[in-house]
Amino acid sequence: MTAQTLYDKLWQSHVVHEEADGTVLLYIDRHLIHEVTSPQAFEGLKLAGRQPWRVGSIVATADHNTPTDNWDKGIQDPISRQQVETLDANIREVGARAYFPFKDQGQGVIHVMGPEQGATLPGMTVVCGDSHTSTHGALGCLAHGIGTSEVEHVLATQTLVAKKSKSMLISVEGQLGAGVSAKDVALAIIGKIGTAGGTGYAIEFAGSAIRGLTVEGRMTLCNMAIEAGARAGMVAVDQATIDYVQGRPLAPTGAMWDQAVAYWKTLHSDEGAQFDAVVELKAEDILPQVTWGTSPEMVVTVADRVPDPAQEADPVKKSGIERALSYMGLTANTPVNEIPVDVVFIGSCTNSRIEDLRAAASVIRGRQKAANVKRVLVVPGSGLVKAQAEAEGLDRLFVEAGFEWREPGCSMCLAMNADRLEPGERCASTSNRNFEGRQGQGGRTHLVSPAMAAAAALAGHFVDVRSF
Amino acid sequence: MKAFTTLNGLVCPLDRANVDTDAIIPKQFLKSIKRSGFGPNLFDEWRYLDHGEPGMDNSTRPVNPDFVLNFPRYQGAQVLLARENFGCGSSREHAPWALEDQGLRVVIAPSFADIFFSNCYKNGLLPIVQPAEVVDQLFKECVASEGYRLTVDLAAQTVTTPSGQSFAFDITPHRKHCMLNGLDEIGLTLAHADKIRAFEDARKQSLPWFYV
Repeated sequence: MTAQTLYDKLWQSHVVHEEADGTVLLYIDRHLIHEVTSPQAFEGLKLAGRQPWRVGSIVATADHNTPTDNWDKGIQDPISRQQVETLDANIREVGARAYFPFKDQGQGVIHVMGPEQGATLPGMTVVCGDSHTSTHGALGCLAHGIGTSEVEHVLATQTLVAKKSKSMLISVEGQLGAGVSAKDVALAIIGKIGTAGGTGYAIEFAGSAIRGLTVEGRMTLCNMAIEAGARAGMVAVDQATIDYVQGRPLAPTGAMWDQAVAYWKTLHSDEGAQFDAVVELKAEDILPQVTWGTSPEMVVTVADRVPDPAQEADPVKKSGIERALSYMGLTANTPVNEIPVDVVFIGSCTNSRIEDLRAAASVIRGRQKAANVKRVLVVPGSGLVKAQAEAEGLDRLFVEAGFEWREPGCSMCLAMNADRLEPGERCASTSNRNFEGRQGQGGRTHLVSPAMAAAAALAGHFVDVRSF
Repeated sequence: MKAFTTLNGLVCPLDRANVDTDAIIPKQFLKSIKRSGFGPNLFDEWRYLDHGEPGMDNSTRPVNPDFVLNFPRYQGAQVLLARENFGCGSSREHAPWALEDQGLRVVIAPSFADIFFSNCYKNGLLPIVQPAEVVDQLFKECVASEGYRLTVDLAAQTVTTPSGQSFAFDITPHRKHCMLNGLDEIGLTLAHADKIRAFEDARKQSLPWFYV
């Protein structure tokens, strides 16, 4: 048999039916659902008089619209409240394997909650009406975002109409330096291949530096595969994956656990498997990253300067740089570590897991938020992450430094709730997108790691966390 | 879904690369639980001078006269001409819903983001990939000639300029069939219900832990 990639194995084990043109019906194991992209799908299902195919595949939570403070007051915005209540009603009517509604301790950002609950298992196909579903590939899954019509299609048929992507291997060999995290690796990769570099591909991240990451770190990396244009990112199963899954509420136990582990151990690319594209990076070359523009590929290291459009020959790229500098309120050639910040956001499906909060807290060391920084929001990824952080005393470290310790949710990553930037405010953010208006109309986002965000909060400007 | 066969439509050029779905339809409009009515908020932050929120009367809002979609010559456009990586970012289907609700039926670009690209087909919006040189040429012709229209023939898989120059485009047979006939994809898939059931039963036997 020819050597297969991990992607080949995951794909082939889920093909139900194949058309002559290569279009397949791909079986879906896990369907994650949140309040924003599902109401129209449930409505469509009902209007067509259809039943969900397998309710046991559904795991749901409310995250995008939920507030991160004053939970006793409920959801103040009536339109947000209606959307969350619509999810409550739909799950009540249809059912689910598990549902973590607003204020439940299991509630959280769906891509934090899924793996944390054991809802995401190696070897699964995992879909969700959310592009950051790529996160779950960290566990050796085929996981990607879908649109609302596809949410309805999966509800009704347990399959997706899909065509196989090309395969890309991104290999990072070596050891990451102190203060360099999975987020920096993700941004460095996007800086290298661009935001469309992975379009049409499923990416497997491999190499000694990737194997050296925790499963949480791999989630951060796979989360941002979509920012490189790839619907799906994945990492092969190893002992770290298996250790991560064991004991999770929805993970198998007993004899089934042993059978599952034996199967999961086959979930890696075979020796000699061929990829359509290969990208290689050296871990030692990756330094702490800071985005300066309005696309994640507009990224430099903290030791660099903001680029100068005069140095760019390509006219489309040049006007893109000019436009981004104007939106971001930056002057060409400004040293990154002289850019002051107004707001800091530590959270999102990219960086709100316990190790992210530990990394941010470890930078504080008794120091205070800088006077020019107006707000620092620390938003844990789930109720369970919040409880864990509080058990470790991280919340006290944040509060003593002048940071705000919030309830879990998507929060200022996309500003659908009340947490948002005011026009012109500049934010050091651990989220995944620095698009115009992403964190609030006119807001200016710089993507960084949790440690870099915490350091910026204390210094009042970007600073190299390795020497801070 | 609306069927798509042929279209002769006015073209609007949006000359920016990496137009993301947050720009196409900002997040505050995602709070709606409906599929329709997103058209007036398409490109909201570029299109208006004030901050838009759901429930506002968009007809009374100050429009940005410098945004191309507001130019009088492009009113009623059905074809959007765009640059590379159009539709990058989130999976929100509200983006094609907003484009379609605005009256657009075709988007032509050198490349599209994957999720946006597949979302378009579910909504009768035809995304057409053309080489960057062709897109460049169409931009130049469109800007130079007021009332510039393109003819799109899905059955023939061609885009034809007013001077009669024709460009072929790719589409999978499955997607073409669904779009030409305005078919409900779920209905088509359920024709294979027995096969799905058999696959699932076999999987429950061999990999039971997935069904815990």
